[in-house]
Amino acid sequence: MTTALAAPAVRHTGARAALSDRLTMSARSLRLTSRDADTLVMSIVLPVLLMALFVYVFGGAISGRAEYVDYVVPGIVLLCAGYGAASTAMVVAADTTSGMVDRLRSLPVRSSAVLTGHVVASVARNALSTAVVVGAALLMGFRPDAGPLEWLATAGVLLLYVLALSWLAALLGVLASGVESASALSFLMLFLPYLSSAFVPPETLPTALRAVAEHQPITPVIETVRGLLTGTPIGSSGWLAVLWCGGILAVAVTAAGWAYRRRGRT
Amino acid sequence: MLVEATGLCKSFGATRVLDGVDLSAAEGEVLALLGPNGAGKTTIVRILSTLTRPDAGTVRIAGVDAVREPARARALFSLTGQASAVDDRQTGRENLVMMGHLAHLGRRESRRRADDLLERFDLTHAADRRVQTWSGGMRRRIDLAMSLVGGPRVLFLDEPTTGLDPAGRATMWDTIGDLVRGGTTLVLTTQHLEEADRLADRVVLVDGGRVTASGTPEALKTLVGGDRLEIRVADAAGLRRVADLHPAAVVDREGRTVTLPSDGGAAHLHAVLDELRAAGVAVDGVRSARPTLDDVFLALTRPASPSAPQPVAAGTAA
Repeated sequence: MTTALAAPAVRHTGARAALSDRLTMSARSLRLTSRDADTLVMSIVLPVLLMALFVYVFGGAISGRAEYVDYVVPGIVLLCAGYGAASTAMVVAADTTSGMVDRLRSLPVRSSAVLTGHVVASVARNALSTAVVVGAALLMGFRPDAGPLEWLATAGVLLLYVLALSWLAALLGVLASGVESASALSFLMLFLPYLSSAFVPPETLPTALRAVAEHQPITPVIETVRGLLTGTPIGSSGWLAVLWCGGILAVAVTAAGWAYRRRGRT
Repeated sequence: MLVEATGLCKSFGATRVLDGVDLSAAEGEVLALLGPNGAGKTTIVRILSTLTRPDAGTVRIAGVDAVREPARARALFSLTGQASAVDDRQTGRENLVMMGHLAHLGRRESRRRADDLLERFDLTHAADRRVQTWSGGMRRRIDLAMSLVGGPRVLFLDEPTTGLDPAGRATMWDTIGDLVRGGTTLVLTTQHLEEADRLADRVVLVDGGRVTASGTPEALKTLVGGDRLEIRVADAAGLRRVADLHPAAVVDREGRTVTLPSDGGAAHLHAVLDELRAAGVAVDGVRSARPTLDDVFLALTRPASPSAPQPVAAGTAA
């Protein structure tokens, strides 16, 4: 027994240890997420249902169904990615209010490793649900004219968007007092795309809402994805999308790490 | 001293939770922080384990200043808190191997230690089932096992047996006993006197954010008085006669018992019994008793309690 308890001579600092901690925590979060049936089912079923709703229920009323499918799919993809990433806030809040967080915080492990793990799992979960949504869209009549390069660029933009939102969600999850308050972000991410160019062109909105729709970060991301997939003009949306996402990402990563270290260390 | 804390003070808002706590534990020692709910035990453990920063005071673990250099101190200890710190959706083995990786033991050694601990904590049979399917006692054991993966020099246990049934508690006591024999230094909190008495080399009595007494369980018991002799008398007349003979005795009329101070020796017992026989008192039974930690606890915490956890007036909190 004494041998099993002997303190091993290992270093807990340096880049190698930090990378190892990130990998360990990512493996943990991926495992937890793959076994969290509720979150997983919700992040796949909800997007597909929404897609069906817009295509079959609203699609018939708005102009031609086929054209509307091509218009609306990028918006749905974004809506789902946003919603999926936002659910990370609840995962992080649940983890941060559990006893596990005290154990992790009392280890010589860099705090950002824990959040990195959650974000990695979020990206993986969203990659899966986005693939399912795009697959469902194709079955429902979505006919993109994108070549391989455009698909790759689309994946890149979506990745950046999910990454930025996941870190933002991680930040809110750490700051939230509980899982319930952390779900506010999911609500916002379900709602915000309606005030963008996702479902209707902003020109059709009343002036005040139009101003919101044209200047919120989701619109340039949607316009970029729509342009890449269906060949509509992208214009300045590409740069705006990257700037918005990059900015949110930089701020959220910094703030989330800070908040995680601060919390509990009262 | 492996763990040494001096002058710990902590207020949450206007409530002063700790008011100058000093404590220390030598290498290989088991120190129990004993006190009622809200005494400040958990706050002490959270400060020792770098989770909470004290308003004032110092903490040294193996010479490392845990307040100023928490990251270095964290390599030296492990914490098993009150809330379960196990991932429910991982299996027992996955939880342990993860801890090995976080302790940078390497893959092979992490797996070896996980096997070892599963065996030692009698969890091998459930090792590959998710922890969410485990019983409360098993969860508590894996919680403790996870704290041992990195081979800590000090282990902090916050109420290790809370929520366990008597059988689970007995198993946990055995496990902790094994650890102690293996040389681990232990600081544990408990509300149970029996637990402190059974596990601890030294007990620190905490009440209202202060240390009200400390010492070995035996020394603490002597503090409230030595041994006692409890004599059960057959009838009320006998009871009156004993009371006349021993004016200092405590008489319990309903239980027909008289309690006398004693030195714990056989000679005193004989003398008392001879005296009672001579006086014609029929004795049903005799019991020699040491004070329990319960007596210590009640004697030392009760008078202080009403005034103890005083909120500090808002303006005067330093």
